[in-house]
Amino acid sequence: MDANISSVADGINTDTAKVSAGENFSPGQVPVNNDLIKIDQLEKTYAMGDVQVHALRGVSLNVFREEFVAIMGASGSGKSTFMNILGCLDKPTNGTYILDNINVGSLSRDELAFIRNKKIGFVFQGFNLLSRTTALENVELPLFYNSTSTKLRKEKSIDALKKVGLEERIYHYPNQLSGGQQQRVAIARALVNDPSIVLADEPTGNLDSKTSIEVMEIFQKLNEQGITIILVTHEPDIALFAKRHIVFRDGKIKSDLLNAVPNKASEALKTISSIDDEVKL
Amino acid sequence: MKGLNILLAAFRALQRNKLRSFLTMLGIIIGVGAVITMLAIGQGAEYSVKEQIASLGTNVLIIFPGSQQQGGLKVGAGSMTTLTQEDALAIQAECPQVAFVSPDTRANGQVIAGNLNWATGIEGVGTDYLQIRVWDIQSGNFFTDQDVKAAAKVCVLGTTVSNNLFPDSDPVGQTIRITNVPVKVTGVLAAKGQNAMGQDQDDIILAPYTTVLDRLSRFPYLREIIVSATSANDIELAQKQITDLLRMRHKIVGLNDDDFTIRNQSDLASAATSTSQILTILLASIASVSLLVGGIGIMNIMLVSVTERTREIGIRMSVGARGKDILTQFLIEALVLSLIGGITGIIFGVAGSKIISGLAGWPTFITAFSIILSFGFSILVGLFFGFYPARKASMLNPIDALRYE
Repeated sequence: MDANISSVADGINTDTAKVSAGENFSPGQVPVNNDLIKIDQLEKTYAMGDVQVHALRGVSLNVFREEFVAIMGASGSGKSTFMNILGCLDKPTNGTYILDNINVGSLSRDELAFIRNKKIGFVFQGFNLLSRTTALENVELPLFYNSTSTKLRKEKSIDALKKVGLEERIYHYPNQLSGGQQQRVAIARALVNDPSIVLADEPTGNLDSKTSIEVMEIFQKLNEQGITIILVTHEPDIALFAKRHIVFRDGKIKSDLLNAVPNKASEALKTISSIDDEVKL
Repeated sequence: MKGLNILLAAFRALQRNKLRSFLTMLGIIIGVGAVITMLAIGQGAEYSVKEQIASLGTNVLIIFPGSQQQGGLKVGAGSMTTLTQEDALAIQAECPQVAFVSPDTRANGQVIAGNLNWATGIEGVGTDYLQIRVWDIQSGNFFTDQDVKAAAKVCVLGTTVSNNLFPDSDPVGQTIRITNVPVKVTGVLAAKGQNAMGQDQDDIILAPYTTVLDRLSRFPYLREIIVSATSANDIELAQKQITDLLRMRHKIVGLNDDDFTIRNQSDLASAATSTSQILTILLASIASVSLLVGGIGIMNIMLVSVTERTREIGIRMSVGARGKDILTQFLIEALVLSLIGGITGIIFGVAGSKIISGLAGWPTFITAFSIILSFGFSILVGLFFGFYPARKASMLNPIDALRYE
């Protein structure tokens, strides 16, 4: 799948772009250009028994730094497959994926693990926290895999939990937390390694509408602080909080539009709480 | 992930399923415990076999006078009259690897007590004779050094002789006549039964060798000198010391033949020892089978654990765990299981062998070797059987692991 790297446009030198695990990505690294993600003709084919399922049929996309992208589409449109490839959890069948000047397609399993650890924060629909493990330990988990010292690990994890407003509950277990709180632990875990990008696959799918907006408020706040966010959702009102809408259909991008005036989650919350007050009266 | 963290994570993972972890460990506990107990029993058996052989007299050396040669004709061992009482005393004094020495001479005769009589052998021996033969006095006393010096007319009876001459009364203190010499009975020997050749060892009378030499046989040379080495291992050395001493005393130089012969029973001892060693190996191999089964138990549980925790593996991989991190994690878990199981097994094995030796009265010996062997083996079992499930876990595709329901 990485046989024709040289065909990638924009003159990226794939040799220098290729990274090996263990190499240090310093925050001071000067970006070659402002493209965080460059995707060209991405294809993904599954074999389901004898049938070939074409989940992605040639997706090309550039995402700039500090963007907030919502990916939408019906189920089976390929958006989740696309997300898994973005998150280096899955490999494309064809095409190239360049993340932060690194040609991800040519990396080994260990190198991909390194990318997932350092560059990507993943937030799942089902939270995917380790059960019977405290919130703090869940957030610390990514730091276990890059030899962070015990002291720094705890400091960074508490910082991340503060960012999502859970500093009061760091020693709670997932089953002692509400869905929204669990998702915030998952977001803290995604943030703890200062990733280049946060990927969220239906992060509000298991949450009620108010909690969903609370989670979106956190994403908006993080985006304002300069973190690039890509989220998959099938709820149009959730997508309204993002700055760019990409719609998938049948494994291809159907539309790619900027949302000039995204909704403010903080304001939406105010409206909801005033409605709550009225109901109570 | 660093060492201590991995270890802590492994402990926590095992803690989450205490009963299952315990049952898994049980295989190793039983295995290690069985190996230690079986080795202890085996080595105890080896020890008691050695003891029994020692009681037969494996550290015993018998010195015969050499054969007489007349022209080209050798008359046979014991026909020469070269061993003297002084030789016996010299061996006692000058051979450090010799523990006990008893001169030995023999007379045969008709023994009369009251209206009963019995034909038997009269063995003239020293006071050390009972120690050498590992023989006890059943009643009364053995004769003393004083009796030997004075060639006193005293004797002790073997049980067969005692039963024939004194069927209803206590022989101690009675007087018997041995070929018309009146001799006082000072004690009765414990029954020893038949020897390896089927001879009745209890059909004997023991008397001071001086008494036999002077009053019964009137033959001034010793039939043999019986000697015990300080231990079974010292037999060779004792034999050499005695040979050197006697050659010197008998003025035999250069390549001339010895005028005496020394015999020992070490062949019997080594055969019996190797038999009991085979027994130990057999017991240990049977016990190792249970250790192997315990290892398969670990593999089984680790495989279940990998399947059950596929999602956890997926989560760990999605935040950056490499295959080898997952491999290490599961391998350490298997290792911790077998390690704790091994330690507990050692405790149970030691306790088990104590209980068995207490209840059955068998001697058991726990050696450092058996502990190191079984413990090391349990760790190897953990590594070996933990590796396959751990590797299976590490080879998972992150997305497949995450999607696993």
